[in-house]
Amino acid sequence: MLRPLEPVGRSSRIVLGIAFFVLFVALWAFATFGGYVSRTFLADPLTMVSDGWNLLTVQGFSQDILVTVGRVLGGFALAAVIAVPLGILMGAYKPVEAFLEPFVSFARYLPASAFIPLLILWAGIGEMQKILVIFIGSVFNIILMVAVAVGHTRRDLMEAAYTLGSSDTGVVRRVMMPANAPEIAEILRLVLGWAWTYVIVAELIGSSSGIGYMIINSQALLATGQIIFGIIVIGIIGLISDFLFKAINRRLFRWRFA
Amino acid sequence: MKLVVENVSRVFPGVRGGEPVRALEPTNLQVATNDFISVVGPSGCGKSTLLRIIAGLDRPSAGRVLLDGKPVAGPGPDRGVVFQSYTLFPWLTVADNIAFGLREKGLPERQRREIVASYIDKVGLRGFENHWPKQLSGGMQQRTAVARALANNPEVLLLDEPFGALDNQTRGLMQELLLGIWEREQKTVIFVTHDIEEAIFIGSRVLVMSARPGRIKTDMPVELAHPRHYTVKTSPAFSALKARLTDELRDEAVHAANEH
Ligand SMILES: Nc1ncnc2c1ncn2[C@@H]1O[C@H](COP(=O)(O)OP(=O)(O)O)[C@@H](O)[C@H]1O
Ligand SMILES: [Mg+2]
Repeated sequence: MLRPLEPVGRSSRIVLGIAFFVLFVALWAFATFGGYVSRTFLADPLTMVSDGWNLLTVQGFSQDILVTVGRVLGGFALAAVIAVPLGILMGAYKPVEAFLEPFVSFARYLPASAFIPLLILWAGIGEMQKILVIFIGSVFNIILMVAVAVGHTRRDLMEAAYTLGSSDTGVVRRVMMPANAPEIAEILRLVLGWAWTYVIVAELIGSSSGIGYMIINSQALLATGQIIFGIIVIGIIGLISDFLFKAINRRLFRWRFA
Repeated sequence: MKLVVENVSRVFPGVRGGEPVRALEPTNLQVATNDFISVVGPSGCGKSTLLRIIAGLDRPSAGRVLLDGKPVAGPGPDRGVVFQSYTLFPWLTVADNIAFGLREKGLPERQRREIVASYIDKVGLRGFENHWPKQLSGGMQQRTAVARALANNPEVLLLDEPFGALDNQTRGLMQELLLGIWEREQKTVIFVTHDIEEAIFIGSRVLVMSARPGRIKTDMPVELAHPRHYTVKTSPAFSALKARLTDELRDEAVHAANEH
């Protein structure tokens, strides 16, 4: 029987999780091998695997993967380094919030991909342009989300710190920051996921390397197996980075997960 | 006088055009050095408001609070507070929580560790130094909170229903623990509770506050010898005090109930 919120065992959780992937591939194989979908538009799973193998061993696709990962990490790190301190200031100090919040809220809705033509004009199609796309897509979101988290620091903890002799900056440094550190790490994990979509779009539009470039190239060749392989690679990298992030958070914030 | 509350009143502005709330009528209170004052009163009578004003966490609408003759302008380490809600810093271990104020004071590591160890012993948390708050029971969390406040060596210790959320047995033990520390070390204490028995057992003076708008209605000395053993709770003198206070408090509770 399905009972709300009843926990599921570890092994059945893994089996269920894998079962969906199996089902998904089975449906895909059924549609392609069964001839229900034209090969021109959708490669079957085996073609995808062999295309992928060819990409990795012959066409040097691993180089593209590295390039894309590097761009994501570069743009994301730049955004985080600037946005996290700003977000903390904004969450902690209301005048800073009043000053920045309206603009950041506005800027957050500017679609990063719409900046690509402009950025190509300014920065060409080199690395700087890719990094800037990711930066623009991430920075405002991080600022705002961190500010909200920090702004919701438990009041009673701040008051406790004051009665123990903390100064105003002491409360920010020794309560607001550590109290929200896990939250901030979680925000970074989330935004890193979004950064992946920005980089691929940037590479689709103006690039000569990277996963997105391979995908748009394959489109011209009608190599749908390669396209699907590229998409799956993105998914797998996302999964790995998510997993790493969670593992690091768990280690760093044992007080929360203990 | 260690602490003087001078005509302190507090009016909270009305919510969405409603009537302003008169939480505290002009209140006067004098607390001698090493006095242990319990404050009882029905819920909503302004006990927390009074305590928060003394702590500097809230501003009085009128009047002032003097500590050692100096007006209180905000919260500070000279007035330690133990709150009813659990306010240990969840990212710090028990030992680091207790050391928090000492670190803010800039005490060197070695001295910090000595003081923390002595308070760990006093509140009976040996073996739990490196636990996180969420791994502790409610009673242990409040013991840590008491140690955290005391380690700072405040001039006045303010407690706002610190044992209110604990079960009866634990609460009894906590009362003895706090009383024992006070008997040994002496400290000026204001202890807010809604439990008459607790107020009498632990205090040298019991204040009864009236229902809203709050003011101090009765100020009664508790002449039970120290050190007090928990068996004093069943003595005739204790029962007589309890009967009197129960009477006073019942009137207020009826008042408060009729208002709603
Ligand atoms: N921040 C606030 N804003 C408005 N009203 C408040 C606020 N804090 C307390 N009050 C009101 O003041 C009265 C006294 O509250 P409080 O001091 O918390 O009572 P007690 O601690 O005795 O239960 C209550 O009626 C409460 O609703
Ligand atoms: Mg209260």
